[in-house]
Amino acid sequence: MPIRKDSKDRYVEVELRRGEEPLWMRCGACGELVFRRRLRENNYICPRCGAYFFLTAQERIAALVDPDTFQDLTLPLESDDPLKFSDRKPYADRLREARESTGLSDAVMVGKGKIGDHEVILAVMDFRFIGGSMGVVVGEQLAHAMDVAVEARVPFVLVVASGGARVQEGVLSLLQMAKTVAARGRLARAGVPYIAVLTYPSTGGVMASIASLADVTLAEQGALIGFAGPRVIQQTTGEKLPPGFQRARYALEHGLVDGVVPREGLREELMQVLDVLAGVPHGG
Amino acid sequence: MADERTIRALEEKVAELRRLVEEEGVDLREELELLEARLQKLQREYYRSLSDWDRVRLARHPDRPRGLELVHRVCEAFYELRGDRQGGDDPALRGGLARFAGRPVGVLFHHRGSTSEEQRACRSGMALPCGYRKAVRIMRVAERLRLPLLTFIDTPGAYPGVRAEEENIAGAIAESIAVLLELSVPTVAVILGEGGSGGAIALAAADRVLMLENATYTVISPEGAAAILWKDAAAAPQAAQALALSAPRLKELGVADEVIPEPLGGAHVDPEGTAQAVREAVLRHLEELLQLPLDERLKLRYSRYRNAGNLGTKAKTK
Ligand SMILES: [Zn+2]
Repeated sequence: MPIRKDSKDRYVEVELRRGEEPLWMRCGACGELVFRRRLRENNYICPRCGAYFFLTAQERIAALVDPDTFQDLTLPLESDDPLKFSDRKPYADRLREARESTGLSDAVMVGKGKIGDHEVILAVMDFRFIGGSMGVVVGEQLAHAMDVAVEARVPFVLVVASGGARVQEGVLSLLQMAKTVAARGRLARAGVPYIAVLTYPSTGGVMASIASLADVTLAEQGALIGFAGPRVIQQTTGEKLPPGFQRARYALEHGLVDGVVPREGLREELMQVLDVLAGVPHGG
Repeated sequence: MADERTIRALEEKVAELRRLVEEEGVDLREELELLEARLQKLQREYYRSLSDWDRVRLARHPDRPRGLELVHRVCEAFYELRGDRQGGDDPALRGGLARFAGRPVGVLFHHRGSTSEEQRACRSGMALPCGYRKAVRIMRVAERLRLPLLTFIDTPGAYPGVRAEEENIAGAIAESIAVLLELSVPTVAVILGEGGSGGAIALAAADRVLMLENATYTVISPEGAAAILWKDAAAAPQAAQALALSAPRLKELGVADEVIPEPLGGAHVDPEGTAQAVREAVLRHLEELLQLPLDERLKLRYSRYRNAGNLGTKAKTK
């Protein structure tokens, strides 16, 4: 998995072999072998050094919603590789491998569930699937989730884990920015609350569209939040990047998010927001 | 064979011959006509068979007409509005009020600068958060005054800088897309040169999207895609091809509504002719849009973007 390692900011690489669920997982930050169940009980935070493991969409959902309340509403859609794209490897192969290794149809799961007894529509992105990138299918699933939230008149919660638009679908990926923003326009007109949770990473075209338009925006501790990648910034401008640049705390200091929350507190934080918003949308 | 170097060499020969004929009265008129005919044939062949990478280079041609110049040629009058009213003004993203085909309109455009000093100030058309906030302000003026909005796009992308990030470039782009999609006035976007990723779609989520023949519209620069996916900067021409960024390809994909032809050799060869073609196309689309009842126009716009890219998937049309 092409995941950046960063022990200081407590996000680490997860070793995942295709099709198997290892009993033990090694912390990329401190090297500790952790029993998988123990890790789950600890919100996928290393019990020894406190590093955050990447969460799959399924794990994230389990960590946020009330037990046994999640109902999967992900549309049965798969990318048809609209440009027949191929670089060093055909995009069709990358898609197949990502589907096999994640068990997902694309980089997002959509569903209905309860958080602290509040009904919500959830969309949870999964970084393992081609970097959580947004192509046509991800755009459609996100828009679909918002449509469902409008019909059900319950708040929409989006958990972002995406490097941006999916290069292999070209401009069609770029247009998903407009698609998701159009769907969010409908959501906003219906007065349905939208809460975004930004995790590592929340960048590029996803951040420059749907992820920036929430009513309440939370950042998971250590999250990477921004538009351009650090390397692009340095190459284009030669600027020196300040310490903590584009991380959750930095985003809070620059007014980009409403709060920074440690992973183990996210569910509680969402419950607080949903408690305050009980009865919104009106008539919901 | 029609390649750039042969054409360039022939152009030089023709120019030299013409000088001899016209200035020194040498009797080589017949040779001149022959060479000119051969040059034209080669040019036609060459520009008919342009690769996507050739188009990328034409779209970035240093002499290509810039946003401001084109707006002046396309509109009868242009009155610039400046500043985002929040502390900033960006010379890379400009706009204001204009007279187009006898009617008042709002206009927005990227500007890359003509002189090298101006180009530095404009960061080659890479706009800042304050640029996109100014764009939103001008969109709202157009909405209030019921003026159709015309946008002209030519940017490698939004500016990637520390301050731009701190000032929320991502949010400024998102807001620009959101406001553009919600306008009740007709909107027509024209991609003039480079339509680079988020910085481009912030002005391009319009009722109609037109592209100059050698303009490009892409999720990432071919160089960027080459670096990320091919791990090889030299793969940029292949990346350009794979990304389907050319106007003809995007017309096929339904992303562009019309390809506006450029003069042989590219827009820079005849800026006035290019501007005329742009004016004619924009006017035609604008008049079509103005014929539509408001409800229908907004429904079409919503549907265009809500269903973007769904053709070929099993997604239901919304
Ligand atoms: Zn550890």
